[in-house]
Amino acid sequence: MLKQYSFDKTAVQTFDDQTSLALKTENLQVFYGTNHAMHDANLAFPKNQITALIGASGSGKSTYLRSLNRMNDTIATVTGKIWYHGVDINEPNVNIYEIRRHIGMVFQRPNPFAKSIRENITYALRANGVKNKTELTERIEKSLRGAALWDEVKDSLDKSALSLSGGQQQRLCIARSIAMAPDVLLLDEPCSALDPISTVKVEETLLELQKQYTIIIVTHNMQQAARISSQCAFFHLGHVMEYTPTGTMFSNPQIPVTQDYISGSFG
Amino acid sequence: MEQTNFQLKKQDTQSQEWSKRLHHATRATREDWIGRGISYLCIGVIILVVASMLWFITSKGIATFTQNHVSLWKFLSGTDWSPSQGKIGALPMIVGSFAVTFAAAIVATPFAVGTAIFMTEISPNKGRKFLQPVIELLVGIPSVVYGFIGLAVVVPFMRHLVGGSGFGIISATFVLFVMVLPTITSMTVDSLRAVPRYYKEASLALGATRWQTVSKVILRSATPGILTAVIFGMARAFGEALAVQMVIGNAAVMPKDLISAASTLTSQLTTGIGDTIDGTLPNNALWSLALILLLMSLFFNALVRVIAKRGQLKHER
Repeated sequence: MLKQYSFDKTAVQTFDDQTSLALKTENLQVFYGTNHAMHDANLAFPKNQITALIGASGSGKSTYLRSLNRMNDTIATVTGKIWYHGVDINEPNVNIYEIRRHIGMVFQRPNPFAKSIRENITYALRANGVKNKTELTERIEKSLRGAALWDEVKDSLDKSALSLSGGQQQRLCIARSIAMAPDVLLLDEPCSALDPISTVKVEETLLELQKQYTIIIVTHNMQQAARISSQCAFFHLGHVMEYTPTGTMFSNPQIPVTQDYISGSFG
Repeated sequence: MEQTNFQLKKQDTQSQEWSKRLHHATRATREDWIGRGISYLCIGVIILVVASMLWFITSKGIATFTQNHVSLWKFLSGTDWSPSQGKIGALPMIVGSFAVTFAAAIVATPFAVGTAIFMTEISPNKGRKFLQPVIELLVGIPSVVYGFIGLAVVVPFMRHLVGGSGFGIISATFVLFVMVLPTITSMTVDSLRAVPRYYKEASLALGATRWQTVSKVILRSATPGILTAVIFGMARAFGEALAVQMVIGNAAVMPKDLISAASTLTSQLTTGIGDTIDGTLPNNALWSLALILLLMSLFFNALVRVIAKRGQLKHER
């Protein structure tokens, strides 16, 4: 039997005007039919930092993340505001394709296309009208270097992406996303299908990438959140319960529900 | 040391008992044998039926060449089909069969793929609720009904449109198009549905549009399945006898154009089989046509297998 926690007692940090924010949500609600999956999420994401979203399965963290680049459009109703460069990108008349070019996403399961490594990266570029061969070549190298995969695949760019290991495939997916030069990178449990060594590599890549990108990562792995994130948000049953700097969350959680979750005496 | 020996001996007698217990037959093992026996019997009967059909058609079909001493080349390239006068050039029927098959497949494939994309990507709910049952119904309609509609509607329509009798390859193509459309559509739908959802998500998350996602990712990874669907459609068109016979005009002459009477292997078979006497050249010649049909369906089957295998390889490599 799950312990009952009050949803009234939350500890969500806000940022002052000095902090430059990449993305901010106001009263974000998500409904799957009549199922209210996300209640009033008010979170702000500082630029060039890694923010981790943690919580049990079904707590709404992936739902929240997928709403940020409108991947929930066809399967759920999302209300509230998502501010990005001063624009509410949750408005229906916003060009969702343009949003996704600026807010990239990497999924739980490595999902490269059944094409060559090269084509996996050029696919989105070509779809966006980049045709110039030298530019394509440059951007392939740059994004593969960015994802720390270049040295491993530079001699086999024409091999099928499916011949890579799981960790390499996931870094290829990261490379594919950053080839579009987005601002924000959303990652939905990117390491849950990977072994510890591949996980470390992906984490190192992310730490390197936060210099250029704002990263929001959903993870089940609390050690991972502690290792790489600067901010950490804890979700519980569709509510954001606590949002604090990662150090604070793991050493001095503000409310009982976070404390119980982190110490493992949850429910 | 002694103690271990003693233990070993004790274990030996014990293990003999266990051996007996574990080796004797029980009800469970007997049921196993019976079940296996029944399934072997069934598969044996099926193999026997198929093998004897193959043997029967082959032996009858080659009689034209072995007993009546018609040369294979003359049979395949001759254009004069008058079996009663000993002239059996099967080329008109071969050409007719291939013409209606390819024409029907070429016309039907774009419609089928378009419908399948609508059913899976554009409006999956309506697709599942309305179009799926309609297509399943179309697959189940007997071919004589299609032929009858062709005879009553398509042939007069063609007669009005282009003149002549209205019978011919184009009428047959039209009827076959309607007949193979549901086959190709439903198999294409299956192969589009089998494309993993994460491919689609990956493409959309990169900012690709729905059209780009469908054309470059979904259709591409469903290509082997779509090709298989088309080949199954072609196999159905190639083997269809009744509906084609009702609208093609059944003249065993080289088709000059698409609107004059022609014939296919199947239509010639159904037209001629009642008029011949067993063991004579006209009868044997019809068996040779049947043999060509059999070989072609084997070829279509083999092609499907090759495509499936290559599709798999592409994914694993």
